[in-house]
Amino acid sequence: MTRPWFHVPLGALAVTVSLAGAALAADSFIVVQSTTSTANSGLLDAILPEFTEQSGIEVRVVAVGTGQAIKNATNGDGDVLLVHAKPAEEKFVADGWGVQRFDVMYNDFVLVGPSADPAGVKGGSDIVAALQAVAKSESVFASRGDDSGTHKAELRHWGNADIDVKAASGGWYRETGSGMGATLNAAAGMGAYVLSDRATWISFGNKDGMEILVEGDDKLFNQYGVILVNPEKHPSVKAVEGQTFINWLIGPDGQAAIADFKLDGQQLFFPNAE
Amino acid sequence: MQDFAQEFSLALRLILTGDPDLWEIVLLSLQVSLTAVVIAAAIAMPLGAALAVLRFPGRRAVIVLINALMGLPPVVVGLLVYLSLSRSGPLGVLQLLYTPTAMIIAQVLLVAPIITALTRQTVETLDAEYAEQLRSLGVSRLASVPTLLWDGRLALLTALLAGFGRAIAEVGAVIMVGGNINHVTRVMTTTIALETSKGNLALALALGTILIALAITVTAAVSALVERGEGAEVRHA
Repeated sequence: MTRPWFHVPLGALAVTVSLAGAALAADSFIVVQSTTSTANSGLLDAILPEFTEQSGIEVRVVAVGTGQAIKNATNGDGDVLLVHAKPAEEKFVADGWGVQRFDVMYNDFVLVGPSADPAGVKGGSDIVAALQAVAKSESVFASRGDDSGTHKAELRHWGNADIDVKAASGGWYRETGSGMGATLNAAAGMGAYVLSDRATWISFGNKDGMEILVEGDDKLFNQYGVILVNPEKHPSVKAVEGQTFINWLIGPDGQAAIADFKLDGQQLFFPNAE
Repeated sequence: MQDFAQEFSLALRLILTGDPDLWEIVLLSLQVSLTAVVIAAAIAMPLGAALAVLRFPGRRAVIVLINALMGLPPVVVGLLVYLSLSRSGPLGVLQLLYTPTAMIIAQVLLVAPIITALTRQTVETLDAEYAEQLRSLGVSRLASVPTLLWDGRLALLTALLAGFGRAIAEVGAVIMVGGNINHVTRVMTTTIALETSKGNLALALALGTILIALAITVTAAVSALVERGEGAEVRHA
């Protein structure tokens, strides 16, 4: 008798297919399209178990940039949107893709850069003046360049500073086209200035020679909002479960959980639902 | 610079002490990639062999195309699968996006051209060697496929392992169609990408080392099984 070796992979197929079935058999879950800052900082991992325990609803988080999260939600690939770009969120609702937008929490953006600070902006609290100094000294600036909430905010500040970054793109202005963490890694490698949300910066493990140089400007306010994807546009949306999650997030329990989340003793997000 | 030795010993400890989160990720990686390779092989091996023995107009063009598809960018495959499985896409009703099944589909698309091309190459060489003999026994070209596949099984194993290597190592497609959802679709490569983006470079590198060890283990295990099988065959011959 011969022993065909291809029996082995077929056995593996039987095992793996049955495993795949088990993995898919979760009874009640929602998909939340969210941003890297909420997921990578550990906030969602910290607060979601409490919600799941109370409600029996599992929350599956897809963490991408705000721009992509909104596009995915527009395609119906999610039940709830939790992002940070208020104008884009309001447009999402106005266009009928979302039901209603709620404020959830805020933190702020910070200008991070090399400790050597070639543009001489350290200690400032005026983001517009700081960006003008960066541009004038042609110090390297790493931009997300990915239509994320942080990227949109950064472009607003450049606009206020009256600087045409498009013209400098590829020169001192470098668009990484990737997430906050990848852009921070790139900035660390290039000795570049970079705009980051504070939560990602605090939880970032590769600070290597970089520090916060400008903070505290009112313009650096970073508001997060939550929206139920409109079930009238996408009947597959789990409206009841999704709204249950939103109600929890903007209710006393969710707001307290957000406030309780600390990293290195620092609170990263400040609840401000009405 | 971060302490690699410390992070590596942490990663190793997590594996050895059976850390449930890490093991879940390792097992899902294996489950997705092995399933993808088995499905891809079931399609690609007969296809590659048929391509080797059959003669038809445009055959050269098909071969060139399949060879080129070996270099399919994972991110493009991810995008195509995302667009197909999205709720707004043609297959949206299946609700497969952000599931391990979606990741398997993407990896099948990446792996199948590799196995097809390598199978075609192997079988064509064997066919050139045995064609006359097989024809004289009255075996048609298509009917000779199983014999040729069986005869080339050792070389085809390398094709399978090449496919497995591609599947277990890619991140661009699975992160897009799986979503890197914790406890659902998070695999080794997406975890490494995530830890890198968190700036935990040493931990990411340690996980990368585990991934490489995993690939070596699977390859060695399959090779050992084959050698045992071959040994049995010789004894029974």
